[in-house]
Amino acid sequence: MTTATATGRTSTSPGTIVPSEPVKRRRMKSSYPTWFFIPAGVFYVVLFLIPTIASFYFSLTRWTLFDVEFIGFDNFVRFFQEPQLVQGFVNTFIYAFLTSGLKVVLGLLLGVFLSSQIIGRGFLRATVFFPVLVSTIGVGILFQVLMDPFGGPINEVLATVGIPGPGWLTDPSLALVSVALVDVWKGVGLATLIYIAGMVAIPHEYFEAAKVDGAGAWNNFRHITLPLLRPATVTVVLLSLIGGLRSFDLIWTMTGGGPGFTSDVLASVVYKQYQAGFFGLSTAGNVVLFVVVAAIIFPLSWWLNRKGDEQ
Amino acid sequence: MRNVAWRWGGGSVAILVAIIVFIVPFAFIVFTAGKTQAEASFLEFTWPTEWVFFDNIVTVLENRDFLLIRAFVNSTILTVAAVSIMVVLGAMVGYVLQRRKSRWNPLVNGLVLAGLIIPPAVVPTIWVLQGLGLFKTLVGLIAVHVAFGLSFCILLFRAFVATIPRELDEAAIIDGAGPVKLFFRVIFPLLKSVIVTVIVVQAVTVFNDFAFALYFLPGDENATVQLTTFNYRAQSVSAFNLLFADVLLITIPPLIMYIVFQRQIVAGMTSGAVKG
Repeated sequence: MTTATATGRTSTSPGTIVPSEPVKRRRMKSSYPTWFFIPAGVFYVVLFLIPTIASFYFSLTRWTLFDVEFIGFDNFVRFFQEPQLVQGFVNTFIYAFLTSGLKVVLGLLLGVFLSSQIIGRGFLRATVFFPVLVSTIGVGILFQVLMDPFGGPINEVLATVGIPGPGWLTDPSLALVSVALVDVWKGVGLATLIYIAGMVAIPHEYFEAAKVDGAGAWNNFRHITLPLLRPATVTVVLLSLIGGLRSFDLIWTMTGGGPGFTSDVLASVVYKQYQAGFFGLSTAGNVVLFVVVAAIIFPLSWWLNRKGDEQ
Repeated sequence: MRNVAWRWGGGSVAILVAIIVFIVPFAFIVFTAGKTQAEASFLEFTWPTEWVFFDNIVTVLENRDFLLIRAFVNSTILTVAAVSIMVVLGAMVGYVLQRRKSRWNPLVNGLVLAGLIIPPAVVPTIWVLQGLGLFKTLVGLIAVHVAFGLSFCILLFRAFVATIPRELDEAAIIDGAGPVKLFFRVIFPLLKSVIVTVIVVQAVTVFNDFAFALYFLPGDENATVQLTTFNYRAQSVSAFNLLFADVLLITIPPLIMYIVFQRQIVAGMTSGAVKG
């Protein structure tokens, strides 16, 4: 199946012998025509590939509605000089790693817990998961109200037990973290689900064998569950990092990057600069985001998958 | 015994925590949507003293010349069109990609992965859409969703096609089926279960999308539902009851999808984006 294919001229699927074609055609094309790629390819090339490639050019320009002027790397220089843009750059990493880390830890614990024999398991799984499907805007608005520093329900509850609630979204040092926590609230269900799927795949014999050897719950977790959940962890890490680095909806809904620009991330900077009419600068932000995502995700996925193969 | 304690004790505590952490916030939406404007402004988690739930819903629907209803129509057209195109085109690619080992495969696989990972270049996309005359049109937004949703579809379809025996193709070929007939009459119907998964997952994604609509379809006249909430947030007098009635309405369609298609959603979300 591997050698015969190099020519591409072979008619039907190689490796199996189809005696003689009853349908006679002069040039029998493959039954799996390459032109099946074309319709999808048109959408993909026109609206993804071309804009992505064009972004590298436009990021080097001063670009308004009316004209394009080549200015070299000025946009990027500006990007890393203006404090608010640098803040957005740094925040992107904080946000992505914070949400990703919490989703891995909480998702793992919840996944293992919800795989054990407890009452109400189906209800619990459904409850943890359903925020994943709810509109991000809806969740953002909801928590913006719940986290209101003046009379918002969360702080009201904290006040009854004597804790002065912070200004979750109004305190500059806390706003980004608050949004990240809401992101985890919304997204942990997906991580949990992936871990549950991973748990199901672990053969039960392993635990029985460990039981014979006298392993306790902790040893089971440490030496069976954790190593065998590695593929699930890789998935959760990659998915949540991709989502976290690109995150826009929730931040935009809850804080709009504020107070000031303390909770701005690259994606919200891109939008703000676009709104302000600095298309070149906005596109430069896009390119920075592109580079950040690519520079983290591609090596990481290669490394994670390679380590997985060695074991 | 220990197991029994865990089963009942652990389970009960977990249910209680889950209710507080996940159910109460949603009850808050429902309660607030049922309150009068004055009562809603206290932002309290209380049972409404006076239920004006249906009045609020009607107000929200009628507001700004039935904007929300028009938005629902737009979102429905968008979701149905984008997901249908994605499913057919994605299945075609996934099928050929799995069946035929050609020299294009590494390139296509790479592009599929890139489509999952790389963030959209927004302003250049607007530039392209403008060049095509599709900027600020529903057709343009549909096309953008198709372009970005295809990768996920292709991955799922490719994995599923691998489970369909090739003997089936060969039998069809011997019976004289050409490539198009083979795919649409033989293979496509067999993809039914994965098609349901793709439809449900992508429908929820497209329906919930906010960023693409904000960039590529701005403006009130053809807003999608996610953008309607801004009408209540921009107003100087904050009408939280109406805002939450709106949030409730736009939350309901995905929840219905979840209740009906729970199994497919779970399958799609856990298997789909897993393997590269």
